[in-house]
Amino acid sequence: MGINEKTSQLKPADYASDQEVRWCPGCGDYAILNAVKKTLADKQAKTEKTVFVSGIGCSSRLPYYMATYGFHTIHGRAPAFATGIKLTNPELDVWIITGDGDSLSIGGNHFIHLLRRNLNCQVLLFNNEIYGLTKGQASPASRTGTISPSTPEGSSESPISACELALSAGATFVARGVDTAIKQLVPTLSKAQEHIGTSLVEIYQNCIVYNDDVFKSFTDKSVAIEKQIHLENGKPMLFGENNMKGLVINKDYSALEIVDLEKNAEEISRVLIHNYKNKTIANLLTQMDKNLMPVALGVIYCIDKPTLDNHYSEKVNNYNNDISKIMEKGQTWTI
Amino acid sequence: MDGNSSKIENKNIEKNWSTTVRFAGDSGDGMQLTGGRLTFEAAISGMGLATFPDYPAEIRAPAGTTFGVSSFQVRFGKGLIASSGDHADILVAMNPAALKVNIKEVLPGGLVILDSSSFNDRGIKKAGYEENPMENGSLSGLQIISADISNLTVEAVKEFGLGNKDGLRCRNMWTLGLILWLFSKNIDETVTWLENKFGKENILTKANIAALNAGHRYAENTEISSDIIRKVVPKVKPAKGKWRAITGAESLAFGLATGAKKAKLNMTLCSYPITPASPIMHYLASYKLKGIGIYQAEDEIAACCSAIGVSYAGGLGVTSSSGPGISLKTEAIGLAVSVELPLIIINSQRAGPSTGLPTRAEQSDLMQAIYGRHGEAPLVVLAPKSPSHCFEIAQNAVYIAIKYMTPVMILSDAYLASASEPWLIPDISKIKENPVSFAEYEENFKPFKRDSVTLARKWVKPGTKGMEHRIGGLEKDSSSGNISYDPENHQEMTNYRSKKIKNIKNEFNEITITGQENGDLLVIGWGSTNGPISEAQEQLANKGYKISHVHVSCLWPISERLKNLAPQFESIIVVEMNDGQLFNLLKAESVQKLQSLTQVSGKPIRVSYLLEKFQKILKNGK
Repeated sequence: MGINEKTSQLKPADYASDQEVRWCPGCGDYAILNAVKKTLADKQAKTEKTVFVSGIGCSSRLPYYMATYGFHTIHGRAPAFATGIKLTNPELDVWIITGDGDSLSIGGNHFIHLLRRNLNCQVLLFNNEIYGLTKGQASPASRTGTISPSTPEGSSESPISACELALSAGATFVARGVDTAIKQLVPTLSKAQEHIGTSLVEIYQNCIVYNDDVFKSFTDKSVAIEKQIHLENGKPMLFGENNMKGLVINKDYSALEIVDLEKNAEEISRVLIHNYKNKTIANLLTQMDKNLMPVALGVIYCIDKPTLDNHYSEKVNNYNNDISKIMEKGQTWTI
Repeated sequence: MDGNSSKIENKNIEKNWSTTVRFAGDSGDGMQLTGGRLTFEAAISGMGLATFPDYPAEIRAPAGTTFGVSSFQVRFGKGLIASSGDHADILVAMNPAALKVNIKEVLPGGLVILDSSSFNDRGIKKAGYEENPMENGSLSGLQIISADISNLTVEAVKEFGLGNKDGLRCRNMWTLGLILWLFSKNIDETVTWLENKFGKENILTKANIAALNAGHRYAENTEISSDIIRKVVPKVKPAKGKWRAITGAESLAFGLATGAKKAKLNMTLCSYPITPASPIMHYLASYKLKGIGIYQAEDEIAACCSAIGVSYAGGLGVTSSSGPGISLKTEAIGLAVSVELPLIIINSQRAGPSTGLPTRAEQSDLMQAIYGRHGEAPLVVLAPKSPSHCFEIAQNAVYIAIKYMTPVMILSDAYLASASEPWLIPDISKIKENPVSFAEYEENFKPFKRDSVTLARKWVKPGTKGMEHRIGGLEKDSSSGNISYDPENHQEMTNYRSKKIKNIKNEFNEITITGQENGDLLVIGWGSTNGPISEAQEQLANKGYKISHVHVSCLWPISERLKNLAPQFESIIVVEMNDGQLFNLLKAESVQKLQSLTQVSGKPIRVSYLLEKFQKILKNGK
């Protein structure tokens, strides 16, 4: 693409690089890549102002497929590279592309501190609950009992919940999406991009080779409507066929529970209105048991807080000391 | 002053007159401060000087114990003062533990100043002495001034209403007063300094001045025996200008900031706290220079990665650490080599392996610096030789990193980090400007196309329209930068990376031989051993030995000239504070006639040790 063509309206395809996409056929990453390109096209994002930074893993190949700036770094460390980039140029729109192994295992430390510091960037965490690129070992997001080459008797460990971890680390934006649900994913990515601060979007992504159908219990078309709740700020937390189910708070147990409006229409008054600034409810939404409750999708939590990059650049750009004067500060003698 | 001591004075002020004073006490005794004051007094007399603060890794070890002893050594004098001195002429020991730790460092016939009140049963036992060292003859052959410094100080400051505890805090000023008298200095400068530092009306200022004065008068009036040499500080003439004392850490900080300013780059030092490297971060944080900031990362790895991020975005990324932290950074450094971005890594080397001796110096990370990454991952390794040289080396590192788009590692060490020497404050406006030229839009841009001379790729700032491209740690096509698994391309890229670094030797090919161009012995050294080596070489050359010295500042790539020096000398000896790493490196480069002289004790190499070893070789050679 030449420099002059870029002034015209950009389509999703204009955000694709000339490199052939090389994920396995049927991989959920394709859908996410399309959602990302559509989000950028919707915003008419400038390719030269956009940087994709990734770690290592299947998902981390994404920057090569974008017609923007891209930096494929080392395992788990994308947040640290992104930090250096934003400190130097806060104008750049930085997207961190990572997976569950990359950001919850080897890069766990950086993940926590990125969120705590509130660097203004987006983190797309492709969670397939498995190590794909290294051929299928259990990851820290794998469920207890997962059979894999490194856990032939079934994993004995408890999985990490990315969103719960993010909230406790001090994240200012936590959202979830499903790879193939592009209609919901695009607006979520769009809100993530608009949020000033670290925006975490956990995307359930199906690994067709090593962990196929792991999310089927709530993503399969036959159950999706009953097993997913799409959150919208200011709207009641309704889901199910004809929105006849709602989430209410059980005050005795400080937990969320489902009410059936078909059975009792009056319960509508108890149904929670989503206020994404409420951290307590956000915590409860991310803690819902997938077997008993719907999976919360969309923007779960969003608050405003100062960002690291803004704080740093304002500070450093306003410094005005003279180096010669500093050298002469303290005790000197003249000969 | 009687006639006798005058004669001693004259004898002392010979060409290479120097004296070494060591102050030792508990961490809270103010020994660093006292040493610093004497250093300043020497400096304003125009003398050459070098200092060496030595402190334990523990922040506040129990008082009175040997492992809690901290010390400050200053050596000053006429002529070349390149090292902080092997042995002390004068030791000030504020308690028995300080005496025990430092007594072996005092020259025969040297002067030891003791606070007698601390030599009670409890103090003696705490220091691990079986009996009182002042009474058992173990100090024979030394000149002793034993004064009840504690009580004399408390007495001197009584009128200001200070309690015993606060009064004792002024002991260091009392001692400084005594020392100043020994060097024929008055206390005026120090009084002014105290008044400026704490405020003229401050009661503590007044108490400290009283203690200082009391110590000075004590020395003048009481029974300091007549065989104590009262040294007169000679006046010498260094270069004209404004001077200050500088440590290696601060010199590196100034050098980096200057380098970044001259390159017209913003700079971020991304670091994680570690001994003895942290002062570089503290200094840069305190300067508040436009566009120059620090970022304290969550760990060493993140520090290095964020520094690379800084460079990727078009700033100057710097990361600073010491041994253990450098080990953690190595994977990221490999990426910087692979994507060919500027990066400066400072290793303030400390004694290893593992946690080792965090406050002690060693040069044992040389091989790690050159080879310590997976894959063929060459970079440039520079080493400063003295605190003031750090300023120059840091600027060199910036220059090389941006000109060649490469990581540059600076090998400093724990000694250089905290040692100080006088520094002629440079005129920054006279340092050459070196602005970076970032790539501008070009048709059909190839990110890994190289400059035909430097072999450097172009530095593109993200944000530049029409130049969007992707880079990463996977092997890149030698032109487009796209992922390439092609075997021939990998060979080509490996060759480029190697050749680019080897070319840099032209920047540092000039080596200076101190002494004759040929002779019996050539001493090769690098880093902070420059001080003792220079002095040993000078002393032996003055005695007529054919000994020369080459100091190596660029350790990788190795200068061609250095490799070709062998025919000019009978023997070559490589001196270093490791197990022979530069020696092995030069051997691998086929340098002939090599011998190795090493010391891995965590302490600076002594001039006397070098003299003995060099003389042995020189005599056998004859």
